[in-house]
Parts: sequence; C-alpha cells; structure tokens
Amino acid sequence: MTRRRSLIAWLFLMPFLAVFVVYTAIPTVAALGFSLTDLRGTDLRSPFAVDFVGLDNYAWLFSDGRFVRDLWNTAVFVLVGVPLTMLLGFVLALALNAGIRRMRGVFRTVFFAPVVTNVVAVALIWQYAFNTNGTVNEVAASFGFAGPNWLGDPNLAMPVVILLGVWRNFGIAMVLFLAGLQGVPEDVHEAAALDGAGWWRRLWHITMPLLIPTILLVSVLLTVFYLQVFDEPYLLTDGGPLGSTESIALYTYHQFGFGQFGLSSAASFVILALVAVVSIVQFRLLRPRA
Amino acid sequence: MTVVAPTEITHEDVLVEQGARAAPRGLRTPEVLLYLALAGVAGLTLLPFGWVASGSLRSLDDIRADPGAWLPSEVTFDNFVRLFATQGFSTYLVNSVVVAAIVVAGNIVAASAAGYALAKFDFAGKRIAFGAVMAALMVPYTATFVPQFVVTTNLGLVDTLAGIALPSLALPISIFIMRQYASAVPDELLEAARIDGAGELRIFLRIFLPLAGPALATVTIMSFLASWNNFIWPLVVAQSTSAYTLPVGLAATSQAAQNVTDYGLMLAGAIVVMLPVLVLFLFLQRYFVQGVAATGLR
Repeated sequence: MTRRRSLIAWLFLMPFLAVFVVYTAIPTVAALGFSLTDLRGTDLRSPFAVDFVGLDNYAWLFSDGRFVRDLWNTAVFVLVGVPLTMLLGFVLALALNAGIRRMRGVFRTVFFAPVVTNVVAVALIWQYAFNTNGTVNEVAASFGFAGPNWLGDPNLAMPVVILLGVWRNFGIAMVLFLAGLQGVPEDVHEAAALDGAGWWRRLWHITMPLLIPTILLVSVLLTVFYLQVFDEPYLLTDGGPLGSTESIALYTYHQFGFGQFGLSSAASFVILALVAVVSIVQFRLLRPRA
Repeated sequence: MTVVAPTEITHEDVLVEQGARAAPRGLRTPEVLLYLALAGVAGLTLLPFGWVASGSLRSLDDIRADPGAWLPSEVTFDNFVRLFATQGFSTYLVNSVVVAAIVVAGNIVAASAAGYALAKFDFAGKRIAFGAVMAALMVPYTATFVPQFVVTTNLGLVDTLAGIALPSLALPISIFIMRQYASAVPDELLEAARIDGAGELRIFLRIFLPLAGPALATVTIMSFLASWNNFIWPLVVAQSTSAYTLPVGLAATSQAAQNVTDYGLMLAGAIVVMLPVLVLFLFLQRYFVQGVAATGLR
C-alpha cells in the first residue's frame, strides 16, 4: 500500500520532474561539461568535432581583461545595488508599518508597482528620459547645468543602470521587510517606551535584533539577483560604453552570440559557483520555513 | 474655469473640515512630514509611468522639436495607430499571449499536482523531490541557458513558441504556493473520500482542486507575470521575428533603430507591454504580493 502511494506521489510529480530533468538537471551538468570543451555554435550538428580542453576556458577567462573587468562591474552592481535597494526598502517598510495610519495600502501599491513592470518597457522609458536632450537634462538645464549624455559616458552609464535595478527591486525588499516587521511584538516596544527609550534606541535595540533573519534573507536574495544582472545593462547600454556596464551574465550572452559555447559555459559556471555560495546560505535561512 | 472653481473650493472646504475634526486624534507634525516624504518617494517611483504616458501621446514632430518636454504640446494617439500598423507587432502580441496561455495552463496542471503530492503524501524519496524544487528555484537562469539552448535545438524547438514556453511549465514558485495551500487542507477530508473508495486522481481532481481556488488564482497570476515579462530566454530561443514575444520584439525594434529611435512609437509599445500586468496588479495586488513574499521571487 505504501509502495503504491509512493508510486502515485511520483506520478503526480512527473510533469514537474520531466521539465526539471530536461531544463535544469541536464543543463547544469552539461554546462560543466561544455565548459571543459571547445564547443562552438557550429558544432551542434557534428558533436565529434568537439575537443576536451580541460580547464583552458577557465584559464582563458581569468587572463582575459574583459572578463576580469566584467567581474569587477558585477561586484559594483552587488556592492552598490544591494545596500541601496535594502536601505530604501527598509526605510519605506518602517514608515508604512509604524509611521503612518492611513493610506498604507496606496503607498504599498505604488512602491510595489515597479516589481511587476516589464523591464523592456521601463528600459525604453529610461533611455527616453536620460537621453542627451531628455527630460532629466531638461530639469538639469532649468538649474543651469548642461546635462551629459548619461548612457554614452563610461563614468555615468553605470549609476543610471544601477538606478534602474534599484527602482525595479526595492518593492521586493519593502514587502519582505514589512512581513518581518509584523513579527516584532508591539508590547515590547510599548514597555520600552514607558521605560523612556527613544525611537532610535527602540529601533536599534528591539527592532533590528528581531529583524536579523529578514535582513539576511533580503540581502541574500538581492545578492543573487544582482550577481546575475542582465536585463538592465543589456537593454540600456548592451554593456557599453567601452564595456563599462558589462556584467558577467552579459559576457556569457555575448560569448554565446559569438558561437563560443564552451567559453560561455565556463563564464556561466563562474556565475553558478558565486550564486551557489550565496544560495547555500539562503537554503539554510529558508529551511525552518520550508 | 468658472464651473470648475467652485467645486475645487468645496472640495478644499471638506478637507479642512475633516482635518479640523480629526485634530483631537492628532496628525502630529512628524507624521505630516512623513506623509510628505512618502508622497515624494511615491512621486519619484511613479515618474517613469508619467514619462511613458506623456511620451506615448506626443507626435513625432513634437518629440523631435523638444525631446525633453514633460507634456505633449498636443495629445495624439498616432503612435498607437502606427504601432499596430508596424510589421510584426501584432504577431509579437499574439505570441506573447499564446506563450503565456501555455505557461499558465502548464502551471495549473503540473505545479498543483506536484505541490499537492509534496504536501499530502509521505513517500520514498520525498526529500529528493523537494530538493529538486529547491534546485529549480536556485540554479540561476543565466548559468544554464547555453545547454538549455542545445537541448531545445535537439528537440527541434528552436524558434518555436513551444520552445519558449516549455522550461516555464512547472515553476518552483507555483509549486511552493500550491504546497503551502494543500498543507492547510485537512487530511480527514481526503481520508473520508478514500474510505468511500475514491481513487487518488479523483480525490485530487474532485476534492482538492475545487477547494484550491485562491491558490490557483495566485499560481495563474504569478505564472502569467513570469511568462509575460520573461526576456532572456525568449531572446535566446526566438531567432526570427515570427517567434518574437512582445518584449523581445520591442527590444529588437528599438536596438535596430538605435540612432534614430522613434521614441513615441517605442513608448507606445512600452505601454502595450506594461498595461496588462499593471491593470491585473491594481485589481489583484493581494495575490501578487503574496506570491512574491512566498519565495521572494518574481
């Protein structure tokens, strides 16, 4: 009977497992395999022409100035994007949770809207607004500044690309922080307030310690997002100008476009390794809930 | 103006009156400042939506003459008319709808079955099955798209809508939502049906699914969102314009015309891509927020 029930359970899981095996399990192993070969796009119909090259692709990646630069660019996305997104999400969650008593729903809707908005559409708006003669420079001009060509300047493109990332993601951070804040008991706050603890002290000594799991969860999630950042730089600059906004994910895509499947897989495996390290932490954080 | 002005005054009067009545409960100064700050951030958040609405209603000449103007000098729907007359655009729209329909149907069937099994059965290898869902959630898309493309090539599905839809047929987020919901359905209910001699498939279809409406709604919305907004995978799989989805077609059109971008046309396209999701979001935001909060993923 239990064997029969096991069989039935696996049958229920079958459609998912089929998709999982074909599109996650096999590709993950294959990506590792490809990364050790000189597979090219033209080899797909003649697989025997492919040679095993060991770790050559990885050696090439780390001696390639372009990949090393892209690693650095990705680090900038993570190190600037994650804290900005978290800070904005946290402050807004605090304000919505305890600061105001009316219109919470309205504000939450507004701040969450970017999360569900199509990125291709927003990227077009960004290009329109940050154009040399765009709306943003119109504002700059009214203050007497001659606005630059934001997305055409190697020093300014990155901040504009990161801004799009922050705009898209702070709503997620806010919702997760709001959920975390609901778990902070009201009476502890009231007791501390009666004892004369001010707002800052209560925030620092009561709210923050209780929020540590949420803070960890949000920072891990956002780190995984930004490590894989692709849409924003691809759509706004295609990695330019002068490669100043090319992320590792975009490098992977560009090498794929050149038909360098082996090299592309090696680069994608570097992303996988980085994400795996962060995800192991995430798994440990999520397990109590799961 | 003479007609509008009195109403405005009345409206303000009402506000003042309400404020006066509310005074004892007290809108303290810090709270007022907080509302102002929040309104400011909300304004900045909504600014891009304002830009797209305003830009899409400006004529070609209007934008050329003064690209940075905030408002149309004259409102025109010309961009939308030109958009639907553009070669391929209606194909992209239909493709996006078809792919989304396949993905939603797949998730309703595959994810609810998987989530139900994970919640309601004790079986050999359950940990492995759960691990597979976690792996599907965590393995980054960007890390596997090259082999996924090779698999798709071998299945003969490159440049087809099926090739675009297949990897999203059983999204981990949908499985988590269904699993969570199924856990809350009392076992006694299913057990009673079992004693009456009902088979497991029948119990799932006739007893569980009719109860799972709210979870199915969340799954429908989340998988529609994932499919409609998906960009990198359709970009890789769709090689000719006949298989482009809306985001891919829009991005390709704007990149092809990089230097002479017809902003009005592009922004009209942006509106068409954004609107279905934003309208759904406004009416059903509870489900969106629940879905995202469930796993922290879109």
